[in-house]
Amino acid sequence: MSQVSVSRRQATRTAPDESREARRRRRMSPSVFLVHGVLIFFVVMALGPILMTIMNSLKTQQGIFSGPFQLPTATTFSIDGYLRVTQLGDFGTLYFNSATVTIVTTGLTVGLATIAAFAIVEYKIKLAPVLSGFFIIGIMLPVRLGTVSLLQMMSSWNLVNTTLALILVYTGMSLPLGVALMVTYFRSVPQELKDAARIDGAGEVQTLSIVTPMVRPGLGAVAALTMLPIWNDLWFPLILAPGRSTQTVTLGVQQFMGQYDSDWPALLAALTLGTIPLILLFLIFSKQFIKGLSEGYGK
Amino acid sequence: MRTSNSIHNAATKYRYLMLFTLPALIFYVVFAVYPLFATFVISLFQTTNGDGSFIGLDNYVYLFTDPTQSGHFWHALLNNLEFFAIHLIVQLPIGLLLAALITSDAVRRLTGFYRTILFIPATLSVVIVGFIWRMIISPLWGIIGFPLLGTEATALPTLSLMSIWQWIGIPMIFLYTALIAIPKDILEAARVDGASGMRTFWAIKFPLITPQFGLITILTFIWTMNGFDLIYSLMGGAPGPNYSTDILGTFFFRTFFGFNNVVGDTDYGAAVATVIFLFILISTAGYFFVLQRRLKPHEL
Repeated sequence: MSQVSVSRRQATRTAPDESREARRRRRMSPSVFLVHGVLIFFVVMALGPILMTIMNSLKTQQGIFSGPFQLPTATTFSIDGYLRVTQLGDFGTLYFNSATVTIVTTGLTVGLATIAAFAIVEYKIKLAPVLSGFFIIGIMLPVRLGTVSLLQMMSSWNLVNTTLALILVYTGMSLPLGVALMVTYFRSVPQELKDAARIDGAGEVQTLSIVTPMVRPGLGAVAALTMLPIWNDLWFPLILAPGRSTQTVTLGVQQFMGQYDSDWPALLAALTLGTIPLILLFLIFSKQFIKGLSEGYGK
Repeated sequence: MRTSNSIHNAATKYRYLMLFTLPALIFYVVFAVYPLFATFVISLFQTTNGDGSFIGLDNYVYLFTDPTQSGHFWHALLNNLEFFAIHLIVQLPIGLLLAALITSDAVRRLTGFYRTILFIPATLSVVIVGFIWRMIISPLWGIIGFPLLGTEATALPTLSLMSIWQWIGIPMIFLYTALIAIPKDILEAARVDGASGMRTFWAIKFPLITPQFGLITILTFIWTMNGFDLIYSLMGGAPGPNYSTDILGTFFFRTFFGFNNVVGDTDYGAAVATVIFLFILISTAGYFFVLQRRLKPHEL
């Protein structure tokens, strides 16, 4: 059967005009419209609520309620919500805290995961697969259930209400997936390259720095996969760093929503401010993120 | 030549392996692995006026025999299972549909565009997603006149659907990755043999991506059993109406951290955490055990 299909495939290849014609017909067929129609429906479903939030955040309270689906007009347009949020919510501090926690954790995770994964792939002794397995188990570990002990640990170290507490916990939590991912990337580096570096007199640290550029896609994937859950987490900021000066954006928005329950322009502005940076971050890193997601959990 | 020789020496390898993995190991063990075990140890104590005394399994006995506590626990567990089941039932077919559509011949160059756009909700904070939806469905706004979150029967399904709206990109991506990994020759052969797009999908593609359903199921299980953020932000720490949206995460939070008039008890909270941890561990292990036994006959 496979032989038949091969010969038929060759037959179509010899008649390029006909196949191009067929392809064009396929592109214009009703099923193509149907597929795009269904997908556009889901795109509207996915983006609609977000766009609606952003759009209504630029209106007066009255404008929000009288015509939720209308674009802001000259009479309903207002940025009062944003003015009130920035006064009441101190978004500068929130952004600063979230950025600090996210950037430091991501840097630590990428760095430590790279070194560890290099070693696990490189030094093939009995202990290496054991270590690798130990890290892989951690991908599924429900770390939140250790919170009682983490809180005691942090309070005995006087780290409650510091961003450092969050950085430590998030790094511990993110490393398993980071190591597992980097191991798959380091496996694809040819052995000859590392041996050549060593023959040229490179030490182990130097060898690592020579091969690291070759696993750059992996570094991107780990970074993207580490960043988003940390920026978005509510649980640990709520328990380990709820103080006003150490709040993250996610916790700040959560508290703001509870405090100013009826000021809709301000609420919608707060939500918009919490949404935009993440969407931008994702649009920049979407390739790495999606790749990392399927490769990290896919094994 | 000396350096290249020395690295073939097992003792040197051991030294470098330890040196390079130690920093990562320390973070991982101290802040992820150890707390889970330490939590179990804490659960064996009772703290009065700052002094801990060993009470064995009394916290567990209290959890399972006190009518109020055990009632709340089983109720939260059942709600959590419902939360998980709704996720699975809605997520799998939609995720499959989306993955099939974005990889279909009709889409071609726009695959990346659709994939990225449909994944955007998953990048937002659960908290923000919850509030966005709460505003949209708020009877105050008048788009939906019915208090979906204020009614016992609809509150949990509504929250589940919000969460599904956010996470639909995850099953889509896993299935999408499996679909694009199918060798082109197989599909080309089917097409040339005259198989329609539908037939190719169900007869060839679908059987090849079924392992992904197992992966999605187990990840959804773990993530929903760890759920907390959405329900806490919208419904609070004693999630109503009448605890109808209480899940394990909110129950655990309430017991150890306290909420409103509930006073937190660290040691008892540790016991609750340990029970939840064991439940997740045993379910996951059971799943992998069954999966492995099912796979064996095929491999032979």
